[in-house]
Amino acid sequence: MDIAKDLVAASATPLVLAILGEGESYGYAIIKRVGELSRGELQWTDGMLYPLLHRLERKGYVKAVWGQSETGRRRKYYRLTKAGTEHLAAQRHQWEVVDSALRGLWFTGAEPRLRPA
Amino acid sequence: MDEREGLEQRIAEWRSYVRRRQAVHAVDVEELEDHLRSQVESLGAAGLNADEAFLVAVKRLGDLDSLSREFAREYSERLWKQLVVGPATVDAAPAQSHDAVRAVLLAIGAAIAIRLPEAFGWRLGGPAPAESFYLHNAALLVLPWLAVYFSRKRGLRPSDWLGWSLPIVVAAVVMNVTPFRPAGSTEVLAVLHLPIVLWLTTGIAYASGRWRDHAQRMNYVRFTGEWFIYYALIAAGGGVLMGFTMFLFQAIGLNAEQAVATWVLPAGAAGAVLIAAWLVESKQSVVENMAPVLTLLFTPLFAILLLFFVGTMLWTGNALDVGRELLIGFDLLLVLVLALLLYAISARDPQAPPRWFDRLQLALVVCALLVDVMALWAIAARILEFGFSPNKVAALGENLILLVNLGVSAVLYVRFLGGKATFTELERWQTSYVPVYLIWAWIVVAIFPVVFGFR
Repeated sequence: MDIAKDLVAASATPLVLAILGEGESYGYAIIKRVGELSRGELQWTDGMLYPLLHRLERKGYVKAVWGQSETGRRRKYYRLTKAGTEHLAAQRHQWEVVDSALRGLWFTGAEPRLRPA
Repeated sequence: MDEREGLEQRIAEWRSYVRRRQAVHAVDVEELEDHLRSQVESLGAAGLNADEAFLVAVKRLGDLDSLSREFAREYSERLWKQLVVGPATVDAAPAQSHDAVRAVLLAIGAAIAIRLPEAFGWRLGGPAPAESFYLHNAALLVLPWLAVYFSRKRGLRPSDWLGWSLPIVVAAVVMNVTPFRPAGSTEVLAVLHLPIVLWLTTGIAYASGRWRDHAQRMNYVRFTGEWFIYYALIAAGGGVLMGFTMFLFQAIGLNAEQAVATWVLPAGAAGAVLIAAWLVESKQSVVENMAPVLTLLFTPLFAILLLFFVGTMLWTGNALDVGRELLIGFDLLLVLVLALLLYAISARDPQAPPRWFDRLQLALVVCALLVDVMALWAIAARILEFGFSPNKVAALGENLILLVNLGVSAVLYVRFLGGKATFTELERWQTSYVPVYLIWAWIVVAIFPVVFGFR
């Protein structure tokens, strides 16, 4: 299944923030986690994650620190800040509103009609 | 082992290829490389050989054009000039030629405006009343065209047009209603400060009304620096042109000096204001960041000069002998140090850690402060001895304004070098301070003449 581009873009910020909410992480691990969570259905272009992370850093939602990987390579780790936690809570609320509105429709049992009656 | 080396070589090739994208900085490449290697390792663990793993990993990173465009968008402030990426420029082409036409038309408008008063008998370079008319109004005849240029270009709403045109109308009324005593100090001061009022007011149009936005203010600071450089270049070219005009006509026995001085020079100087602005706006990538480059060149030189000056003063024990005009000289020195500071700040990546250049900047600022405090000391003594005059108060006020700015900058620099503050705080301090200049310029233009009895 291909998820619409707009939807992928819109969900990227809350996903990244929520994953960082689980604990400090880095780019490649975040991508892998997204893959796991969506069972491979949500496909990002890997590179695009980085401008997004930098944007979040500029806005003060995450803090980046250079550290080392298990193999000793230099690696940039990201951590959620207090502002990021607050933003995540706000985002979560918005998504819950959208989600519950859609659920209200999905589960009334009516299949979408193809043609207006 | 061979496979390992092959992989390293391919990654090295990839790295140098990505590095060519100006929007993607070295640290960003390093981060992407870590991603690439992690991906290759995990694919390798899943059974792919190094070549296959590398290809898949690069493919998953996404195509470089859109990636570097995304980086350029994120870093639009720091990569002000580097937004020339890929196909997006193709769409911009018609808009650009449209912009050129607009700039040229407005430049012609400004050129006519500077000459138009002549039709009503106010001769340029004529006797006293006409001379003071031009003195009072020259900036008012030219700079509003620049504000119109930005307003049209940015598609300002009518309410935002009022935001800059109202202050300009007020300035025009003040300049022409105030009964200045001819050639008095307050008149000269008002004429000198009027362009500052108009220039900063034009910034409202530049920022499309969002003048509270710090990023917009910083962009206007950048614009001002680049504009100044373009204007100087155009002026140099214009000088050559006028020289040849006079030379050629002299060769056929005609004296073109009068025509050049009353027509070509004023019209050209007025039109060049618009043309320089248009060049800055549209040719950003051609003269790439000239102001920061000059800053880089001159900051060490001025730091050395001031260090030697302070050193010599301490060594010889010679006190500063501040005459009346000398304070203005020290004002100009502070303006220059401030400009060096501003352009260094505007070109710097706020997230980069402190470098040697930052220490040099701090040294420059501290030296300028030392010199200035001594000058202020001397002038305060002078004022106590001879009393106040418009010139002294204006110079003193400017001195204090710049002193406060540089003093706080020095403190913020020290905190930044000590890791206690971010560079963004320094940037914000500078942009927050811009309205102070505007308010002071207004005070000198509108309030000084009244306070000092128009003398």
